[in-house]
Amino acid sequence: MRAVAGPSNLSLGGAGSRLQRALLAATLAVGLLALYMAFVYAPKEATMGDVQRIFYFHVGAAWTALLAFFVVFVGGLAYLRTRDRRWDALALSSAEIGVVFTTITLATGSIWAKPAWGAWWTWDPRLTTTSVLWLIYVSYLILRGAIDEPERRASFAAVVGIVGFVDVPIVFLSIRLWRTIHPVLVKSQGFDMEPPMVHALLAALLACTLLYAYLLLVRTSLERRRLEVEAARQALGFHQG
Amino acid sequence: MQQTLKKPTAATSAPGPESQTRPAGPEGRGLRAFLGQVWAIAGKDIRAELRGREVASATWVFALLVLVVFNFAFDLEREEMGPAGPGMLWVAIVLAGMLGLSHVFTKEREQSCLEGLLLCPVDRSVIYFGKLAGALIFTLALEVAVLPVFAVFTSLPVFTPGPLLALLLGTVGFVAVGTLFAAIAANTKTREVLLPVLLLPVAAPVVVSAVAVTGLSFDGEPWSELVPWLGILAAFDAIYLVLSPWLFDQVVHELGPE
Repeated sequence: MRAVAGPSNLSLGGAGSRLQRALLAATLAVGLLALYMAFVYAPKEATMGDVQRIFYFHVGAAWTALLAFFVVFVGGLAYLRTRDRRWDALALSSAEIGVVFTTITLATGSIWAKPAWGAWWTWDPRLTTTSVLWLIYVSYLILRGAIDEPERRASFAAVVGIVGFVDVPIVFLSIRLWRTIHPVLVKSQGFDMEPPMVHALLAALLACTLLYAYLLLVRTSLERRRLEVEAARQALGFHQG
Repeated sequence: MQQTLKKPTAATSAPGPESQTRPAGPEGRGLRAFLGQVWAIAGKDIRAELRGREVASATWVFALLVLVVFNFAFDLEREEMGPAGPGMLWVAIVLAGMLGLSHVFTKEREQSCLEGLLLCPVDRSVIYFGKLAGALIFTLALEVAVLPVFAVFTSLPVFTPGPLLALLLGTVGFVAVGTLFAAIAANTKTREVLLPVLLLPVAAPVVVSAVAVTGLSFDGEPWSELVPWLGILAAFDAIYLVLSPWLFDQVVHELGPE
């Protein structure tokens, strides 16, 4: 029951790397296209000017972060059902990438907020929710670092990953309600989008999602190889620690 | 000393007279037995605390210290108490409550009573709800002891239905997630340090909503203004009271004898 990561999918290396190369090529192609669309194809925004162009990758990163945390949730549920540590490897990889994309969202948002709103940071509902999200998944990674036993680490992390994702809509609702009662000086960004802007946004969303898929594949296969090495060491009689 | 002798016997006697009627289903007798088992575990924790009085007095003094430190930090005039008061109260309660929560499972672990508890012939959710009930009673008692002092310090009307309902609903949600995370944190390398790091971000909706209800009610707003916030608190409570027993089972799966 405690035996994990059997030798069942040793073939993953070859097929994985072919898929990896295809994904890398697609990510690079769509990424370049998205950059072109954001900086050249999309028109200059009337009131905010060129700064607004950060919007495309800002939204792309935010969407990808949510997708990544959803995968942490699904990976956690699947781990608790099957106790197969490959699901835990998926959840861990997705959490790390999700934190990176959340950091990108916060950083680009802050850079955009300075010229648009006049301050690096406001306690706007979206900003506040995103920062709470960042804290939840950083604490998820800190928890993983605080446990040595692999099975215990996987179970505890799955539980926190599930609780954290279920919390996201409640956090958003409560913070939005909080901000509608205390009026904000800054209105929410309600610019009507021209069709080229929509196209650029879609390209950025696709590019970020492809980048996520590529990173997830690389990180997960690294983690799975680590599990295989660990299983081999145990089979040979080397014990951890 | 006294506790090392007492606690294992309390744990093993927990199923006691109910052991013949294992919780079979939701029918009357099963529910009665379930509540009896929950109470046996909660009662054990409360007896241990009443005899030792280690945590209760320390958390109460800590909560008062938070109130005093707020006063140093912001040098509040009387008319500024209205806007600052709800936040002060909830920061004091959340921090002191977390201090108490971190003991819910560390004391079981340090005296290796957790194994005994897990060997009880009861459903794992009984252990969760027993621990939750103990922590809930403990945290509510802490609040009862802090509120009069807060009222004296700030001259705010805390003993009105709005703030009291917010305290009750907020505490249930906070302790429901807190008990689950305390079981996790107690079995890591960093223990007590990890609990606040895990719990505070997830409990953000509780803090936001409870502070809002308390503040609106201090301002004399009608109930219709409080209802959306109380709804968020109730939803948080309901979601985590349903989810946590199952997740707790997954946590102790890693700890107990299989």
